[in-house]
Amino acid sequence: MHDILFGPVALDAASWWQLFAHFALLSLLAVGGAISTVPDMQRYVVAQRGWLTDAQFSGSVALAQAAPGPNVLFVAVIGFNLGGLVGVLATLSGSLLPSTALALAAGRYGAQRREARALQAFTEGMAPVTIGLLLSTAWVLTEPSRLRWGTWPLMLGTAWFMLRTRCSPLWAIAVGALAGVLGFV
Amino acid sequence: MSESLPRPQRATDLFFAFQGLALQGFGGVLPVAQRELVDRRQWLSQAEFLELLSLGQVLPGPNIVNMALIFGDRCFGWRGALASVAGLMLVPLTIVLALAVLVRQGAGSPVVADALRGMGVVAAGLVLSTAVRLAGVLKDSRLGIGLCVGIAAAIAGAVGGLRWPLVGVLAVVGPLAWLAAWWKIGRRPPGRGD
Repeated sequence: MHDILFGPVALDAASWWQLFAHFALLSLLAVGGAISTVPDMQRYVVAQRGWLTDAQFSGSVALAQAAPGPNVLFVAVIGFNLGGLVGVLATLSGSLLPSTALALAAGRYGAQRREARALQAFTEGMAPVTIGLLLSTAWVLTEPSRLRWGTWPLMLGTAWFMLRTRCSPLWAIAVGALAGVLGFV
Repeated sequence: MSESLPRPQRATDLFFAFQGLALQGFGGVLPVAQRELVDRRQWLSQAEFLELLSLGQVLPGPNIVNMALIFGDRCFGWRGALASVAGLMLVPLTIVLALAVLVRQGAGSPVVADALRGMGVVAAGLVLSTAVRLAGVLKDSRLGIGLCVGIAAAIAGAVGGLRWPLVGVLAVVGPLAWLAAWWKIGRRPPGRGD
């Protein structure tokens, strides 16, 4: 029960606050969605603080992809695996509150200003930034399995499957689980 | 918003509509949202949906959450915004956390660890496919393809390769990309035809 509530990592009050604050900062930097901030979440949670291993981190993101709902829920799984339900509160509210407040304000203010040059420049300028961040995310997620031979064919095959067919990604996820169990990746 | 379209009657309509589409969305809710809100319920025209989508994409944060928030707010103010986002998140959150508990109970087993590692590689492939799909829009970018590739490569190298903190990298590259786009747009204003 204690594990469900507070998680396996014993955090003090300052760490809870820092976790929330870091995710809140990333919320405002999440151009192209929360998934583009995965590299910095991994850098903070795994490399800097050592709260999760690479495998636990990538596994958290993978688990959320296998469940229905908005992609941002991977943030909740990271929070849960690190700090139980209190961890979910810290990471999910951190990820949502700043961007939500901004979206509400912008939605009321800005709909009619969409033709403005500054806004167009922002959209066009951020497109390649988002793509760079998504490539980083894909790279970071392969961290636990980079040395296994099946990793690159499976990753590229998944991308091909998603681009070329209209099938549900659940099939690809099932194949991935099987490939892992059979020792290919 | 045009008069002819049917509108949600109550905030609870929004809650259940977004809950329904969230539960259909594996690996992303956006395509389902278009089918539900535009084609099936006809709460939004295609053009309104695109306007909401571009607004949701310009803003930081999860696109679908931003869209639900703004749509809900326009229908019923903050109550609508709250109902939309709660519908989108509550049940899926419960499901994913239940999965996480199950996985944790099997955490000692190598089978679970192996399966999750394989699923992680597939997750990387899913993100890669999103990147490739988005790269299609760069063809029409007024930044020019060379500059686009340069910016994407700089970001990928600094954030993914060198693992520099995102804040610092974005603080430098973000404004540069914005300014470059601003300058290029001034030189080549959008024609109605392109």
